[in-house]
Amino acid sequence: MSRLRFRPRRDVVCREAVELVTDYLEDALSQARRRRFEAHLVHCPDCPEYLAQMRAIVALAGSITPDDLTPRMRQQFISVYSRWRDDEAHDPV
Amino acid sequence: MPEDPDSELVSRVRAGDEGAFAELAGKYQGSMLSIARGYVPSGAVAEEVVQEAWIGVLRGIGRFERRSSFRTWLFRILVNRAISAGVRERRSVPVEDMGPVVDASCFDAGGTWQVPPEAWADRVDDKVIAAKISARILSAIDELPQQQREVVTLRDVQGLSSAEVCAALDISNANQRVLLHRGRSKLRQVIGSEFGRVR
Repeated sequence: MSRLRFRPRRDVVCREAVELVTDYLEDALSQARRRRFEAHLVHCPDCPEYLAQMRAIVALAGSITPDDLTPRMRQQFISVYSRWRDDEAHDPV
Repeated sequence: MPEDPDSELVSRVRAGDEGAFAELAGKYQGSMLSIARGYVPSGAVAEEVVQEAWIGVLRGIGRFERRSSFRTWLFRILVNRAISAGVRERRSVPVEDMGPVVDASCFDAGGTWQVPPEAWADRVDDKVIAAKISARILSAIDELPQQQREVVTLRDVQGLSSAEVCAALDISNANQRVLLHRGRSKLRQVIGSEFGRVR
């Protein structure tokens, strides 16, 4: 009987969904798994919030801007650079 | 390959523009220090490693053929320096860190939330709250295990693509995703408990 061969796949439960979030955001789920994950989100009252929190974390990490170099550090980098330029001039590769 | 965001700065450094070098340094120094610290015993040694990496970059920049992005190449040099200076071996994901990312007690026997996450995702849009949380996320990233910190720093803070991260750290894409997942999940926990406090 076809039912034996095409057993319906079990639905994703919350415990599994939280482990799939990154693969989902990375677009690394197979089409079938992606569909089951999204189907779970539609009727789960809590997992959409979990997904939104993971998205928020990515956004927060991406909003970190590097500290400006202190004037002293900047000077150090400029002198590293100048030394390198001098070496190159004397000893070109 | 997508356009290298540092392409212009690299050309200027090659052409003798010291300001362009300082600009590159400013952009990557913090992340480089954070990554180097995972390999060496002290902050002072990490600073030396980063400095050496920059010298290596300058020595090689004339021959850098742009087959990878500059940032991939830069972090590759850094990690190689850090490994040769370091006391710690690179390891695959430690076994003790392979448990579920959400404590099992949050779910009932069927796997459904019985202690659902407290809602805070939409509060991140509040500028005042976001400013407080941003400061915390940086220290939370620093507290991640080494490999998770590397992947999160490169991927989410510096904005490298997954392919760039894999090339920079010499790890597989699957491994990269596991590390990213674990790292981001820990950050979610830390930031979640922070929201409990900044109500």
